[in-house]
Amino acid sequence: MSDDDTTIPARRRFLVQGAAAAVGAVAGSARAEEATPPGTPEWMKAPGADVGSQTYGTPSRFEAGLIRNVPKGLKQYTSASSRSPLQDLDGILTPNGLFYERHHGGIPDIDPARHRLLIHGLVERPLVLTMEDIRRFPSESHIYFLECSGNPGFEAIKGKTASDLVGLVSCAEWTGVRLATVLREAGVKPEAKWVVAEGADAAALTRSIPIEKCLDDALLVYSQNGERLRPQQGYPLRVLLPGFEGNMNVKWLRRLAVSAEPAYSREETSKYTDLMPDGTARQFTFVMEAKSIITRPSGTQRIAAGFHEITGIAWTGRGRIRGVQVTTDGGRTWQDAALQEPVLNRALTRFRLPWTWDGSPTTIASRAIDETGYVQPAFEDLTAVRGLKSFYHNNAVVPWRIAADGEVANGYA
Amino acid sequence: MAMRKIPVLGGVALVIGLAGGAASAERYGIGRPATEAEIAAWNIDIDRDGRKLPPGRGSVSHGREVFEAQCASCHGSRGEGGIGERLAGGQGTLATSKPIKTVGSFWPYAPTLFDYIRRAMPMNAPQSLSDDDVYAVSGYVLHLNGLAPENAVFDARSLAAIRMPNRDGFVPDPRPDVGQ
Repeated sequence: MSDDDTTIPARRRFLVQGAAAAVGAVAGSARAEEATPPGTPEWMKAPGADVGSQTYGTPSRFEAGLIRNVPKGLKQYTSASSRSPLQDLDGILTPNGLFYERHHGGIPDIDPARHRLLIHGLVERPLVLTMEDIRRFPSESHIYFLECSGNPGFEAIKGKTASDLVGLVSCAEWTGVRLATVLREAGVKPEAKWVVAEGADAAALTRSIPIEKCLDDALLVYSQNGERLRPQQGYPLRVLLPGFEGNMNVKWLRRLAVSAEPAYSREETSKYTDLMPDGTARQFTFVMEAKSIITRPSGTQRIAAGFHEITGIAWTGRGRIRGVQVTTDGGRTWQDAALQEPVLNRALTRFRLPWTWDGSPTTIASRAIDETGYVQPAFEDLTAVRGLKSFYHNNAVVPWRIAADGEVANGYA
Repeated sequence: MAMRKIPVLGGVALVIGLAGGAASAERYGIGRPATEAEIAAWNIDIDRDGRKLPPGRGSVSHGREVFEAQCASCHGSRGEGGIGERLAGGQGTLATSKPIKTVGSFWPYAPTLFDYIRRAMPMNAPQSLSDDDVYAVSGYVLHLNGLAPENAVFDARSLAAIRMPNRDGFVPDPRPDVGQ
């Protein structure tokens, strides 16, 4: 942003009494020169807002445009999704208010004092747990990404921004108890092979989780980035399955049924299954494979010739990101990007590559390589095997086309 | 909020691996036993073979009445879709370039219809239908797909006996299939 674009408040008006202080200043159109040397800006000439004038802090009013990307014109918003604004975020942690949403029956308004978790089925001791009970178990905190399995569908790749394309991924530090700990409290019987998790939402969303995952790194979480889960993320309790597709991470968790078989619920038969060209559908496709996207420069941004730091995010449901390669010449050559430490297991990883744009049209893209050696595939390679109708688990390379005028646009389009 | 002390079990200090180790096999004595009645009330999921289907019955003709009143505004009076998903038709399209996924063309198990309608439908008032009405609507949706006659009546046994056309259409996950 150039100095000339800078908007500064013309006048700030304060109520003297503490919590009632009016935080919003009166917007004005004072001259930019006042905040440019040798001027002195208005905000230095009077005290700012009082301590505690916001008891739960919100972003600067100048960041009011940084919001979830909510699709327009859907037939209904009860079962729908909204995306994180990836192109305007830094680092690897998604602010709780900008975490992507996918709900199947709306967002329930759950009183944690009345919420209960029932554990039954192939267990020695069926249990009812309160939220206070669950917080008494030994706790752990881990940073993990979550990604919707349809991010985006193979026929939904015409979006303009990074968020439009893959904004159904977010990352947070989750705190809770190992699911294994809670299951051992109930005493899992040897014949148990699955745990059926059910939400307390209006969809009573149900997914079956293999017992191996339940006894490995699965968590029951109640906190996200240090505070209690947001209602959109399952308040007061959700399942967190590192690396597994989003809808299995059942929110508003009310029931765990330990069983010998999956539930074969609607969500794991007719919904979250991947239709192949031969008419068969892949079922129980749990892991989100390695993926990356350049978030800057990205679609709808405009750059000038000269230096730019290319940056983006990479992740894999199979462990850690080993490397990210970036092309700035339409795929002819690929360079290794620098990975920002820490590179964490099943978390977003930030990558960066310094780049000087010479002003000629080109296409840039990134591809992730994970610790198993898996390389993020090109869209043509994925669809050659899976066709265009499988909808879920599209982890293809996302190309950005840069025009001579510096306009960045979707390279698929 | 005051810190809550972790209970010490039998004087043995619990060692919990923070980075992937299995938690102690010891119990903490947290929670209370669930009663049979509590479990029965919440245990609503229906297996694919329909062994857990509840008592009750409903006719296709009654299902048509319930469907018209509760479902058609979103799914269309013939299950052709609208605000809600398409429910009928599409058989034989799955391997084409324009696959149509419906109950009749795609759903592998009829008892899942009962499970899903009872837990999640109608979207504006889930769990409001009686079990008899859920049987009836399930039967009507099967009828719309040519899988049940006009005069059929469904209960646990007859719903479980329906063989869905796409029952064998699902395969395990072969990934990684691309990208190696």
